[in-house]
Amino acid sequence: MPLVQKELESETMTLNIGPSHPAMHGALRTQVELDGELIVRAASEIGYLHRCFEKHSEHSTYQQIIPYTDRLNYVSALMNNSGYCRAVEKLLNLEIPDRAVFIRVVMCELSRVMDHLVCIGTNLVDIGALTNFWFFFNVREKIYTAIEKVTGARLTYAYTRIGGLARDIYPDFASDIKAILKEVEQGVRDVVGLVANNRIFCDRTVDVGVVTKEQAVEWGFTGPCLRASGVAHDLRKAEPYYHYDEFDFDIPVAENGDTYDRTMVRIEEIYQSIKIIHQALGRLPQGPVMTDDARVALPPKKEVYGSIEGLMNHFKLIMHGILPPKGEVYSATEAANGELGFYIVSDGSMRPYRIKCRPPCFPLFAAYEKIIEGHMIADAVAIIGSLNIVAGELDR
Amino acid sequence: MLVLILKILIPFLLIFNLLPLLIWVERKGSAYIQDRRGPNRASFFGIRLGGLLHTISDVIKLITKEDIIPAHVNKPFFILAPFLVLFVACVTYAVIPFAHPIEINGGIFTFQAADLNVGILYILAMSSLGVFGVLLAGWSSNNKYSLLGGLRSSAQMFSYEIAMGLALLSVLLLGGSLELSALIDDQTAAVWRWNFIRNPLAFILFLTAVFAEANRLPFDLPEGESELVAGYHVEYSSMKFAMFFMAEYAHMIVGSALITALFFGGWQVPFLSTEFLRTNAESGLFMVLLAHGVLFMIIGFFLLGKFKSGKYGDKRDYEVIVIGLPMTVIGLALGLYTLLHGSFQLGDMGRQVFAAVLQFGVFMAKILFFCWVFIWIRWTLPRFRYDQLMHLGWKVMIPLGLASVAGTAIVMVL
Repeated sequence: MPLVQKELESETMTLNIGPSHPAMHGALRTQVELDGELIVRAASEIGYLHRCFEKHSEHSTYQQIIPYTDRLNYVSALMNNSGYCRAVEKLLNLEIPDRAVFIRVVMCELSRVMDHLVCIGTNLVDIGALTNFWFFFNVREKIYTAIEKVTGARLTYAYTRIGGLARDIYPDFASDIKAILKEVEQGVRDVVGLVANNRIFCDRTVDVGVVTKEQAVEWGFTGPCLRASGVAHDLRKAEPYYHYDEFDFDIPVAENGDTYDRTMVRIEEIYQSIKIIHQALGRLPQGPVMTDDARVALPPKKEVYGSIEGLMNHFKLIMHGILPPKGEVYSATEAANGELGFYIVSDGSMRPYRIKCRPPCFPLFAAYEKIIEGHMIADAVAIIGSLNIVAGELDR
Repeated sequence: MLVLILKILIPFLLIFNLLPLLIWVERKGSAYIQDRRGPNRASFFGIRLGGLLHTISDVIKLITKEDIIPAHVNKPFFILAPFLVLFVACVTYAVIPFAHPIEINGGIFTFQAADLNVGILYILAMSSLGVFGVLLAGWSSNNKYSLLGGLRSSAQMFSYEIAMGLALLSVLLLGGSLELSALIDDQTAAVWRWNFIRNPLAFILFLTAVFAEANRLPFDLPEGESELVAGYHVEYSSMKFAMFFMAEYAHMIVGSALITALFFGGWQVPFLSTEFLRTNAESGLFMVLLAHGVLFMIIGFFLLGKFKSGKYGDKRDYEVIVIGLPMTVIGLALGLYTLLHGSFQLGDMGRQVFAAVLQFGVFMAKILFFCWVFIWIRWTLPRFRYDQLMHLGWKVMIPLGLASVAGTAIVMVL
């Protein structure tokens, strides 16, 4: 018997996950060093979907930026629209009509529902439970159809305007949405029934990718991922905007901060969003959806053709765009994925001097390489799905 | 000689003709599980047949695709691997008996390609060989994802083979033979004598192990689409890919046949023994033919009832008539003929053949049921993780398998 046991020599293997990989939603890339299937080290790289959103914005008028924001988080583009418009309105110190506010709330919460449906659905696909994906996507399709009837587009809506909305909702919108939300609840119930107590699903997700409370705060997490770690922080409650303080809803909070909790927090948030939508639809006031403030709103056609002031106003708005005062502003809204912030510096000209977008998934992806260390490849795939990284928003 | 070739060829062709059907069932079945329509686009001259033609167009596509062999692969093994996988998946059927043997001129004619007296050992040997194909594919592809897939599959198949062996051991303790035909004889037509009731633990273990052997969800880690892209067959294209694909379904069919033969009485018709079938063949034939006539008519009327002119506005409108009308006519003819003809006169040979055909039909029905279980589970459960799979295999299934063997042995002795 040998006195000294010599260990077999073995090497680690470097594996590129992404940028083109079925589990890497969008074009994300993580290089992992593998010992067997165990991830020893990991390094993420971003920028494969960089579209120069911020630089491009500096060369556009304020209205022209709205369609660009659609491409940030393309899963819930309406939230980016209203988040950006809210920032510019804050810069202009502009009040928008109440009807527009409530419609924005309805649209944002519908987007949140859709975003969570996509996130949970694709995450479950990555874990191998393919059927749930369709239970979610069938109802999401119906929401899309209703939103398409309002906005005219299915993915890139550009629905909000600085000062309100592009157009009003159609008459049957409320009843349509109520019918769809019933189906959403049914779909969510189906999926919860399939996975919530499923032994394989629990084994795959419980205690996988744990982010503690301290870590989550330290890494700058926001949104469902932060709340899954046990911090009850939600901008809709912490810094209420759009009458969110008047709605009756709860912020779901979990304890462990693992993949399972992140999924379940999202599922609960769907229910809460549905609650908000019902309340907002019930309180929807009559009136215009666009402010009549001459700084941002085009005058009615009658005035354009009938008076010199109207004509000049129209001309100035079309040719010069909106001219906000000198200054800077940071406005954050609670997007589906967390805090979506827009920091705008204005030099008083028709174009912003600088726009900085704070995407909610940037800190999440920055922490991703630390979370997956010591886990297996299959876990890494499950974790990235539960963090919900959207490349369009990450790389901007 | 001719008989032997036919014996080999007929079940083989049977499996190969089931493949496209099974792929269609998988695609259509998953669609209904997932609230969607499923394949219904491929058409020949406007006739679509509810997606059945997709399989044919898939085959044409796969055959005509360029067969790419990447420059960095180990060519001989790369080419060998898919053949090995498909070969192994298909040869296991050789020992499966499809019906009770019949006597011809004093000689006994068995309905299985090879009546081995060590049938179970043959099954174990062949399923062990299956590892090589997957391992070779994973290794020779010279791709890290493939390598991981091959690694996973080899570990998985080896681990689950042990549990499978232990489950088989319990069965052969019950039956007292290594011969599959003897095991089926032992189970008899009485349902409570079937092994899944006599030893449910072994049945569950064997079912799980067969799922793992066939690389189907929740054990499809070697492919693990979202993790390893496609696992061991990531570099394969064209017909070589198709061979892996076919092997998966062949595995399903053979696995279902094994489950049926070992645990669900094989070709035994529930409650109707071979003797009973043979003595009552004349009235049995009458009833079977009449039932088929009625069944055909029901299906035919159902399809004809679905006909609505201008539903699609093209040839698809007439699909239900194309299938429904012949079915109704056949059913009507069969039923009328049976009723008018009255009782049948069968010789000794005819009685035996009637029993064999009926048993074969029942066997196929059982196989198809288990194929459906494979599909059903695939679209319901998530995938395991590698270490959880190993944990289940070594720490749960093997002790349970040992317990099953020990329990069976004790009961047998008592």
